[in-house]
Amino acid sequence: MADLRVNFAGIESPNPFWLASAPPTNMGSMVERAFDAGWGGAVWKTLGEPIINVCSRLASIDHGANRMIGLNNIELITDRPLDVNLREIRECKRRYPKNALIVSLMVESKREAWHEIAKQVEDTGADGVELNFGCPHGMSERGMGSAMGQVPEYTRMVTEWVKEATRLPVIVKLTPNVTSITPPARAAVRGGADALSLINTINSVMGVDLDTMIPYPNVNGMAAHGGYCGPAVKPIALNMVSELARDAEVNVPISGIGGIGTWRDATEFLLLGATTVQVCTAVMHFGYRVVEDMIDGLSNYLDEKGFLSVREIIGRSVGRMTDWGNLDLKYKTVARIDHSLCIQCNLCHIACEDGAHQCIPFTEIKGERFPIVDEQECVGCNLCYLVCPSPGCISMVRVDDGSAPLTWHDLTSKQPKTMTSD
Amino acid sequence: MSLTHDSPINIEQIERNFREIAPPLNAAEAILESNRCVYCYDAPCMHACPTHIDVPAFIKKIASGNMTGSARVIFDANPIGATCARVCPVDVLCEGACVEKTLMDKPIEIGRLQRYATDYAMSTGRELFRPRALNGKSAGIIGSGPAGLSCATYLARLGYAVTIYDRRVLPGGLDTYGMAEYKMSQLASVSEAQMVERLGVTFRMNTEIGREVSIDELQSAHDAIFLGIGLGATARLEVPGETLPGVYDALDFIARVKTRDWKSVPLGRIVAVIGAGNTGVDAVTQAKRLGAERVLMIYRRSAREMPAYQYEYELAKKDAIEFWWQTAPIEIIAKPDGSGVAALRCVRMELGEPDAAGLRAVQPVPSSEFDIPCDMVIKALGQQKMRSFLKTVPGIELDPAGRIVVNAETMQTTNPKFFAGGDCVNGGREAVDASQAGKLAAQGIHQALTGERVEFAGARVPFIEKIHGEMPHANPVA
Repeated sequence: MADLRVNFAGIESPNPFWLASAPPTNMGSMVERAFDAGWGGAVWKTLGEPIINVCSRLASIDHGANRMIGLNNIELITDRPLDVNLREIRECKRRYPKNALIVSLMVESKREAWHEIAKQVEDTGADGVELNFGCPHGMSERGMGSAMGQVPEYTRMVTEWVKEATRLPVIVKLTPNVTSITPPARAAVRGGADALSLINTINSVMGVDLDTMIPYPNVNGMAAHGGYCGPAVKPIALNMVSELARDAEVNVPISGIGGIGTWRDATEFLLLGATTVQVCTAVMHFGYRVVEDMIDGLSNYLDEKGFLSVREIIGRSVGRMTDWGNLDLKYKTVARIDHSLCIQCNLCHIACEDGAHQCIPFTEIKGERFPIVDEQECVGCNLCYLVCPSPGCISMVRVDDGSAPLTWHDLTSKQPKTMTSD
Repeated sequence: MSLTHDSPINIEQIERNFREIAPPLNAAEAILESNRCVYCYDAPCMHACPTHIDVPAFIKKIASGNMTGSARVIFDANPIGATCARVCPVDVLCEGACVEKTLMDKPIEIGRLQRYATDYAMSTGRELFRPRALNGKSAGIIGSGPAGLSCATYLARLGYAVTIYDRRVLPGGLDTYGMAEYKMSQLASVSEAQMVERLGVTFRMNTEIGREVSIDELQSAHDAIFLGIGLGATARLEVPGETLPGVYDALDFIARVKTRDWKSVPLGRIVAVIGAGNTGVDAVTQAKRLGAERVLMIYRRSAREMPAYQYEYELAKKDAIEFWWQTAPIEIIAKPDGSGVAALRCVRMELGEPDAAGLRAVQPVPSSEFDIPCDMVIKALGQQKMRSFLKTVPGIELDPAGRIVVNAETMQTTNPKFFAGGDCVNGGREAVDASQAGKLAAQGIHQALTGERVEFAGARVPFIEKIHGEMPHANPVA
């Protein structure tokens, strides 16, 4: 069985699966149950000055019969007294010395405030701190959370303050609500961050009640935008993680967050550069028990692929990400339909007809009508392959001659004049 | 008053026995099931439905929460969509096509989803269609069964003044009087007829053509007449003892069950049902559910030739029906006092070679007579044609089997003023076939009277026209 242990910026963890700072890590008894269930680490629900929450706080988006493919919240940081949290953190770490226990922090933008809380956390024996520069709702209106993370200078400044006060590894949690994730990430690293975690939640309005016409979540007839997470945000998170993994100036470990619900999701984050992953929505939906299959699935995957340690796959796909201009323009695939597997739902036909290049007409085979690909017209876009409900029925087949690649960058460097725009 | 004895089971048990075999979906089931549909384009289920309801469209509308839209898609193509949702042989129609053509061993429950949408529409009472302004033309419809209701609906939508004549008390024809009670109640069928009434159609119940109203009166009152008269009485067995007390027509027996006045339904201890068609199954299962101790199905051929659908046969087996294959009745033996049935005298049959239609000839095995003790006999031999009534309609041509000859597209008979559809034309098929015939007839009547061609939803087999003739670039296909 493959070794799942990781070392994240000096923090040892029995596996790469951590709970994100959120309701599932609200208090000691919860975190301890999570560790019992198998979670390698947990990031304690953000500490800071006491707050008052509203009711209600959550809203979700369903897709078809699937509940909660995306979740949003307008809950703030912990509503428990600081001394209670600190005491429970200390107890939890003492009881679970082998698990990674990180504490999320968010205080007002004062050096003394950050120094104070960082020292208090270090004193509990916790393994590290995570600076919450990400929450896009509520706290941001008070100059905290994403208000901090959206300004690289602030990100750097506060990171430096915390580094001044503690020897614990400092993880900076980034907000995705920025034009580019790179500047705040670099700023955190310049400020001395030992690691980055991303993404925090995305600005969102989840919908509107069509009967009352009040948007969700309803707080006495009014709503406010909230932070969006859950399965639907995974691609956005993967993009940002991989961007930072490719950035030479961001040479610190990354904890990947965003829509991770299964070992497959987690493995994708690891392949694109994350050393650990953090999970929240899947646990809020199904409980701590989801980690069992994450560990089991990842372990089986590593065994089947012949890896001895999870560390061997971290960042393994980063080199496969590049800029569009470096993609090979001569690579060519077409769709092929295996009619023995075709169920004649015709979804490929209508998708290609109305959504692509009108190259899946019908043909008659043994008196029955089947879709067929006009390979001369097919551009290899994948759409039919993506919509086909019959596994293996449509495959994308390489048809180019295998000659040397040619990229847009190649073309423009050879023929600069023809590529000049008006 | 029961025939020979009281049912050994109590009313509560009978009510349980007659609970719907396909109960309505609840909201959670409907969401799951509607989302399971892959939303085929030009879908096989739509091809398989005789009225060509756009099944994926109505299912996706359930999924999107557009229940009114969903019901409109259904009723647009099939005015008796609520009845069909309950009684259609979906295994051999839409759901059969779903299994055959898609990944799933378990087809989408199209029938129950259709019921979910139609129940919703009927519960809101919201009108789904706005009829055109009255066009000054009048149509008379004989029979308020599925064909008549369908034809009336479309004609009313086109602006016709429509009157339906029916000799029975309640509208709906066999939908109301002939469906197994565990499949559909009279309430559902009558409610659907009331939807037709709300479109402005006049129902003249208890009105038999040739008695209360003559054919001549009908002809002078209407610009066109649609015959949706169905079939007549159950065929005669032509054996001695057929008129004894305790010998019933299956359709009469079923109609008595439909009253749900359980203790008034005649019932024997041992019930022999002759015939193995779908009506025969309805009779045996309901006799058993009423509390008969033994119910026997008597059929002269073997299980392989049984005319009932396979799933109906399975249902009968589940109800512990005893099957007497290759057995033909030759006499119904009376009790010594002549007050009822004592036994069914039968003969063993042997099967010969299949004929052109694949049906194997049967002949009695000599000296194989035997008696089956029973106290009730139900004849489920199929219905006879309404030949004598049809003789009163001038200029109507019948085929040798007694079916009305019509133009298959317009349903016009050989008398241009008369149109026809349903069992009286096809010899006896499903309600959904009758519904389609009513639709085509409405189009035919409208074209004959106004020259305008209209096409209602599902009038034709939907088909993607664009099968590319030549495809030079495509891979050769095995």
